[in-house]
Amino acid sequence: MTLCWSAYDFVGSSAADTLTIYRRNVGSIAWKLIAVAALSDESHLDDSVADGKPYEYMIVARGGDSSSNLYAGPVSASAQWYNAHRTTVLIGTLVCVLTLVAVTLLSRRNKPFYIRPIKGLEAVDEAVGRATEMGKPVLFTPGWGGDIQRPTTIAALNILRYVAAKTAEYRCDLYFPTHDPVIMAAAEEVVRESYIEQGQADMYNADNVFYTSSSQLGYAAAVDGVVSRYKPAAIFLLGTFEGEALILAETGNSVGAMQVAGTDSTIQLSFFMVACDFTLIGEELFAASGYLTKDAKILSSVKVQDFLKIAIVALLFAGAIMVTFGSNTLAEWIGRT
Amino acid sequence: MLNKKMPLAVCFLAGVFGLVQYFSPHPMVVSTYSTLLDWVQIIFAFTLIVGVLSVFQMHFKRISRRERFWGFSIITLMAIVVMAVAGFAGGTDSGSVFVWMFDNMQVPMQSTVFALLAFFVASAAYRGFRLRNVEAGILLATALVIMLGRIPVGELIGDFVPASAEWILNVPSMAAKRAVLIGIGLGSITTALRVILGIERSYLGRN
Repeated sequence: MTLCWSAYDFVGSSAADTLTIYRRNVGSIAWKLIAVAALSDESHLDDSVADGKPYEYMIVARGGDSSSNLYAGPVSASAQWYNAHRTTVLIGTLVCVLTLVAVTLLSRRNKPFYIRPIKGLEAVDEAVGRATEMGKPVLFTPGWGGDIQRPTTIAALNILRYVAAKTAEYRCDLYFPTHDPVIMAAAEEVVRESYIEQGQADMYNADNVFYTSSSQLGYAAAVDGVVSRYKPAAIFLLGTFEGEALILAETGNSVGAMQVAGTDSTIQLSFFMVACDFTLIGEELFAASGYLTKDAKILSSVKVQDFLKIAIVALLFAGAIMVTFGSNTLAEWIGRT
Repeated sequence: MLNKKMPLAVCFLAGVFGLVQYFSPHPMVVSTYSTLLDWVQIIFAFTLIVGVLSVFQMHFKRISRRERFWGFSIITLMAIVVMAVAGFAGGTDSGSVFVWMFDNMQVPMQSTVFALLAFFVASAAYRGFRLRNVEAGILLATALVIMLGRIPVGELIGDFVPASAEWILNVPSMAAKRAVLIGIGLGSITTALRVILGIERSYLGRN
């Protein structure tokens, strides 16, 4: 049951900013305190009601010596299939899905979209080639912050597929330490399939894709250990990183490895920028799959991001103009989740 | 055919349901979602066993083949076995051997690794702020203003120093941060949709 109010409902208590919400069963005399809310909240979700049972509500606003009461009911709750408060998000989701489907279908008829050169991704071949020439391994790790459900991890595994194919082609060792056994299982499959596709199935070593520890600093210490002992010539730090980002990047730097990094954390991005040779910023990490494989369908979905960005910028401009002229309608509508 | 289509079908159904549940507060949808999350936890618990077995297997091989650094493998395996035995035999209550080893061995070792950050921040800052070109010069000047604005000396120089630091953080820095976040958000959405719709299959290891 969602209770809604506005500041105009409590004109009798001018200084009130806190509301006390009571509820009682129809026919009962005693009120039961269920919540305290701020006047500015303008709504409260009472999720402790039984479906079909009638209730009455009283909202009390006290300010100084005065108080003002608001009554509602009898009302009863019923299970809803759709949360109308999330209509804005639904519209946004539908726009994204329809744009993606439309652009992907159009890409079949037209020539592939142009994607600007991304230095960090151009450097992948160079990094693996460098490791091969130096006779040293390549290390790829997806960070401690993610799990298989995160799009960042999926994006990292997409790049891993390309890197694994390159290491198989160049006959170079690839190490993949991770903190998550599910990511380990997925990465094993990705690396194994890449080696098979390159006709180098005999080179695949299951021990090189390994679980370290679920503890953040245990994982950092384990990866640092691998970097210090095996001194990889190329390190890929791609995925969701937290406090361990700089520890790993600086250790990689200390062994002279060429480092390509990318993450969805804006805080860790700044560390990667100073400690790594190439950093994938923002959407570049997610564009990698299409960029590296040149798959027309994936490239078109990358282009969708640009179209959606234009839509967001247009909304921002419209919202700014409306707010400047005293209307919060668009800003409030977008802010509803 | 089935082993190619099945993961995509499961992914599609789970993805669509994940989307739908966000918009539906109906008890049936909520309880189904809750059950799915429980399944995820159960699967994760089993994969943890796979993870530990992988660690054992890898280090056993290294020891038996006397590979490079095989001594470290002995220490790793000993640490796992000793902690597990201490936990199963003496429990994990306060005052147990397990907790004593955790507090006096693992926590100090983790603190040591975390403490490395202080040195790494210094070395990274040195490289980042070196005056090599115009861009690095702008970065250095900005960093100086921010750092001075955050310490009492900044206020002694003048009120404009902390005010400038605040302005840099709240206006240009925030604008850049939001631009990156919008890019990350859109990238996440399109990657998720690609996976749900089966356009993206690289993570399965095949095209």
